[in-house]
Amino acid sequence: MTLSISLTVNGVRQDLAIDDPRVTLLDLLRDRLTLTGTKKGCDRGQCGACTVLVDGRRVNSCLSLALSLDGAEVLTIEGLAKGDALDPVQQAFIAHDGFQCGFCTPGQIMSAVGLLNEGETGDDPERIREGMSGNLCRCGAYAGIAEAVSTARRLRDETARPLRDEDETRRIA
Amino acid sequence: MNLFDYVRPASVAEAVAAATEPGAAYLAAGTNLLDLMKLGAARPQRLVDITRLPGLDTIEALEDGGYRVGAMVRNADLARHPGFAAAFPAVAEALLSGASAQLRNMATVGGNLMQQTRCAYFHDTAAACNRRAPGTGCDAAGGENRTHAVLGWSPSCIATHPSDFCVALAALDAMVEIEGPFGRRKLALEEFHLLPGTTPERTTVLAPGEMVTALLLPPAAAGFRANARYLKLRERTSFAFALVSAAAALQLSGGRITAARIAMGGVAAKPWRARAAEEVLEGEAPERAAFERAAEAALSEAAPSGDNAFKIALAKRVVTRALSMAAAGTPARMPALPGSAFATDNGSSADE
Repeated sequence: MTLSISLTVNGVRQDLAIDDPRVTLLDLLRDRLTLTGTKKGCDRGQCGACTVLVDGRRVNSCLSLALSLDGAEVLTIEGLAKGDALDPVQQAFIAHDGFQCGFCTPGQIMSAVGLLNEGETGDDPERIREGMSGNLCRCGAYAGIAEAVSTARRLRDETARPLRDEDETRRIA
Repeated sequence: MNLFDYVRPASVAEAVAAATEPGAAYLAAGTNLLDLMKLGAARPQRLVDITRLPGLDTIEALEDGGYRVGAMVRNADLARHPGFAAAFPAVAEALLSGASAQLRNMATVGGNLMQQTRCAYFHDTAAACNRRAPGTGCDAAGGENRTHAVLGWSPSCIATHPSDFCVALAALDAMVEIEGPFGRRKLALEEFHLLPGTTPERTTVLAPGEMVTALLLPPAAAGFRANARYLKLRERTSFAFALVSAAAALQLSGGRITAARIAMGGVAAKPWRARAAEEVLEGEAPERAAFERAAEAALSEAAPSGDNAFKIALAKRVVTRALSMAAAGTPARMPALPGSAFATDNGSSADE
């Protein structure tokens, strides 16, 4: 049984034939679309390494059945920068050493983008840490991650360009 | 994961017809079901995707002051709905104390009711588990069971229900709306989940093909909005299931408690409404001594099912503290750590 779905991934429409209903969004991104920035950690929704945005919201792609997302808009780490211009969250992770080995980093960054879109943390470090609790870092770079998210929030406020609007513009162009 | 047929029906009636077949399961977000399927602990032959059924994703304020919440509303959306969260703050706090932000963005309110126990032996297909494979025994009895049930358990199963959301719903007399092959019915959430008895494989009252279509919060539940909290003890500060939790809601008048609602999580195979504790509080002053008497009543029938006697003492303290927090008043803003005793902005617990 082959079913067809269409997804918009990083602004590009993809029409995909799915010949196995077990394919998750994570496996589709990595194995079909070779977007390997999104990582498979636990594959059970516990580590957050697979975090991407679906229709603007952060989700665990490992627990999302690709077939059930027909028509969705997906943003992965590969779609975040605008050419060579890194997203404020990416800049802040570099500035604050928000990683060591880097395996969890794409998920951390996409989760942080989702968190900032939700707009509820203010500058409260406790709200930032709680909001990022779905992303584990086995290197223990949490202090740098929390600082990076805080800085990214300020950077984004200064530039006042919500990511979703930017994505709209890019797709239309 | 086993192979399965995937169907996406266009209406509730089509969905019910597709799911009445043996081996079929409803798929909502899949945050629990896909996990169980990857482990082999669930092996449905057909998934009926109900995430796009029309009309199931709305949050509706009813004229009588109650709310109707469609089964496919996402946990995060319900917790952030301003009208709903203001009317039922303990429900919003319970939702936000559960899982992670990513999972709350996905998981549906109907799926939350349907989630399975997190007992490790249920997840492990090499283990004996009467809930997963009836008649095979229970490896949790005599195994690693410090997080298991202290109320309502049976020799066949000592698992707990993991939901936070359902605990607050049980306290506030929420109703569940169900559609199935024999039509529509409604029942109290308190009656929805089953205790294990000799048939632990039956976890809810749903018959084959039946699906949850909505939750109903009665207008009376909004009467507790000024004094309603959810408190959850877990083994790390965030993104963990409850060891023990409690929803507490009070109505106060003239320095007395005129009505109380209490339910506990993490203690049984269903959210545990503590009516005997509620009765203890009615007419009392909202003070610690009364809260402690209520907590004793709430746990009066508790018994350890293994290495978990500590959960009985812990549950009494959680009920006492949840009542103190509720008496201190619903916070104006959701705490930074919802449901946590360790939030720096949770002033009500500072004296304990």
